[in-house]
Amino acid sequence: MFYRLAGVILLISVLVFSMSANAQENYREQIKGLDEQVQEIKTDVLSIAEQLNQLEEKLLYPSNTQVAVFISMVGGETFRLDSVEIELDGKPMAHHIYTFKELEALQKGGVQRIYTGNILAGDHDLQVLVLGKSVGGTDFQNTERFKVNKDVGPKIVELSLAAGSITFKDM
Amino acid sequence: MYRFFAALTILIFSASPAPAGTSGPQDLKDLYFGEALYHAYQGDWFDAISRLDTELNQHHGLDEPERDSLYYHINQAEFAVGDFELAYRMHQRAGRAITAVINGNVEEQVRNEAIFRLARIYFQKDQPVNALYAVERISGDVPADIRNDLDFLRAQILMANGRFTDAARILQDLQDVKSLEGFSTYNLGIALIRDDRELQGREYLDLTGRINSKDVLTLAIKDKSNLVLGTKLLEENNFESAKQVLDRVRLSGPFSNRALLGSGWAAAFQGRFDRALVPWSILAMREVTDASVQEAMLAAPYAYGKLDVYSKAAIMYSSALENFGIELDKLDASIKSIREGHFLRALVREELKQDANWVVKLRRLPQTPETYYLLELMATHEFQESLQNYLDLEQLRRKLEAWQGDLDAFEEMIAQRREYYTPLLPVIDREFRHLDSQMRLRLEQRDRIAQRLKNMLVVPRPDYLATSGERICSEEIGLLEQRLSSGDSAVPESFTTRIKRLRGMLHWNIYTEYDQRFTEAYRHLLDLDHEVDLLKNQYTDFVRTRQAATQSYEGYDEVIRSQRIRIREAGEKVEVLMARQGHMLETVAVSELTKRRERLAEFQIKARFAMADSYDRATRAQTQERESQ
Repeated sequence: MFYRLAGVILLISVLVFSMSANAQENYREQIKGLDEQVQEIKTDVLSIAEQLNQLEEKLLYPSNTQVAVFISMVGGETFRLDSVEIELDGKPMAHHIYTFKELEALQKGGVQRIYTGNILAGDHDLQVLVLGKSVGGTDFQNTERFKVNKDVGPKIVELSLAAGSITFKDM
Repeated sequence: MYRFFAALTILIFSASPAPAGTSGPQDLKDLYFGEALYHAYQGDWFDAISRLDTELNQHHGLDEPERDSLYYHINQAEFAVGDFELAYRMHQRAGRAITAVINGNVEEQVRNEAIFRLARIYFQKDQPVNALYAVERISGDVPADIRNDLDFLRAQILMANGRFTDAARILQDLQDVKSLEGFSTYNLGIALIRDDRELQGREYLDLTGRINSKDVLTLAIKDKSNLVLGTKLLEENNFESAKQVLDRVRLSGPFSNRALLGSGWAAAFQGRFDRALVPWSILAMREVTDASVQEAMLAAPYAYGKLDVYSKAAIMYSSALENFGIELDKLDASIKSIREGHFLRALVREELKQDANWVVKLRRLPQTPETYYLLELMATHEFQESLQNYLDLEQLRRKLEAWQGDLDAFEEMIAQRREYYTPLLPVIDREFRHLDSQMRLRLEQRDRIAQRLKNMLVVPRPDYLATSGERICSEEIGLLEQRLSSGDSAVPESFTTRIKRLRGMLHWNIYTEYDQRFTEAYRHLLDLDHEVDLLKNQYTDFVRTRQAATQSYEGYDEVIRSQRIRIREAGEKVEVLMARQGHMLETVAVSELTKRRERLAEFQIKARFAMADSYDRATRAQTQERESQ
């Protein structure tokens, strides 16, 4: 009884999910074949996505009126960013509340495109409100105003955030 | 629990530390590249690839790519897209992208890093010969940050090709590398054992099993090493040592259940059932769907029986029977539910995607019997790959569905723009043509004046700068002179003198004021040029806006139509693949669960007999005790 029981148990310990060699090989081949087809369809869909990106940009955000606002975090900053609110010429343009994953992505050096839209050529007022918690755990809010000058080409604005400041860069 | 699951899946199928993810550049110059990284850091691979692909294609299409901000990160971006594709399980494309870098005109270090990545893809895709061929092409300078990883990969590839002596030699040199702590030692142990240097190999497994570390993956490889060594010792009937080694496995690690079970058996095989009861009792209290736990439920009362505690054994067998019954019902329900198609529907539940721990949570959802044994199924590499593909296909399906809606919106927007601009533009164009001809005329006049002023710098012409009043006066004087000279009657001397004086005065003014007038004329021309510049800007703005108006609705029909066809075709393919992938998942799940069911049914029979036997023995013991009193 002891050895029979032990035999059964050890067999299970070693091979929890066992299959016959043939079935296993057959199964692997099927998986491989399907996997290759899945990779192909991913390539197709990515190519569609790329074309749609271009179409969307051309149709919705032509370069003479396009403005894009990006959010980044200054390297080494560890404050907790809760939300960013942006107004352009006094009108609310974007409001984003950050998840933990998004915050982590920003801290690692990722850049978030918070807004893409259209504005006329000329000077515009940009107001940024940042809410967060400092490393010490104190709530803070920081509001700053900047001037955006839009000319013929697409306007790209980067707002680089630190615990006590917002740096404005445009290109 | 999730960390347990992640460590388990990484370690069961490979003995490598997790590959380093793509890191961003120190000084980011291209924000769109940063955006791709932002998606990638969140594991949103599709958007990361799509963003970076768009950027790279735009960059490569430029006449002067060195003026593009991506130029500063181009090598990193090419690698990053390969990394993202790899993470998105697009190994073929990642391989092609990296091969393109290798074949391109790049520096030696860049080329070597690309070959390293290509070799890693081959290795991960179970193509050890190709991986070896790739890694052997690396020569010359290798970037410092990948040197150790490259050596480790080289050793793993050699092992996969059966060249254990060479692999061991490389691994020997990696023993002090902190980032490979545990992994280099464990692999060295395995390489030596496979190279018929059993004792030396075991020493390294033992060394791995004693590492002090706080790193989750290092601790997991330490546990794995102890489990492997312990199982070996157990198979060789070296029970005492096996137990010592198995007891080093953490109680909360991914291998703890199997280690506890083995530790119990190591004690039981020595006849030390009291010692066996310690790990088995811990194990029997754990998640009942785990195979080791189910075995412990049978093994623990068995040990009590051997210790002559039959009543306790009988109670535990009874409890095991009850649990097995419940589990068998669950398995039946799971199999039935999977056959009814609930399994696939449960896997794609949207709310679960918000939680990284979803595989574990899924099991706890009420009324989802199809998912009770999912974690166990996930422990198999093939199932995991298939499941991941199924989830990716579901993501593609949703995207394609959403894009169809986007195209509808685009078409509607284009129709509205056309409706708005079509009656408006002819009127505007007519007006514009009229203004345009006027503008051209004025510009020609301005050019003539400018040319004349330029000539006057060389050949002064004061008469050109006479005022209109002076011109009229001059003409009137001319007429008077003509009349006086043509008349028959004699003209009084005073008249002639007066006329000459008037002409002289006119002449005097024009010639003496020439310099001042010339300066003024030039100033006026500059003022005019300023106005002309404003006019030209307005003109350009108008032309651009006019062009944009047409471009806002013209030329999209063909693009949208072809995109619609591509989306529909892709959608059809996705559906077919999802059906096949789903069927495969269901078949495998049902097959695995059926096996688990059969095994559990066997356990149930054994438990039933053992319980009856324990009751008999308990009753006999009680009777004997009563008789002896």
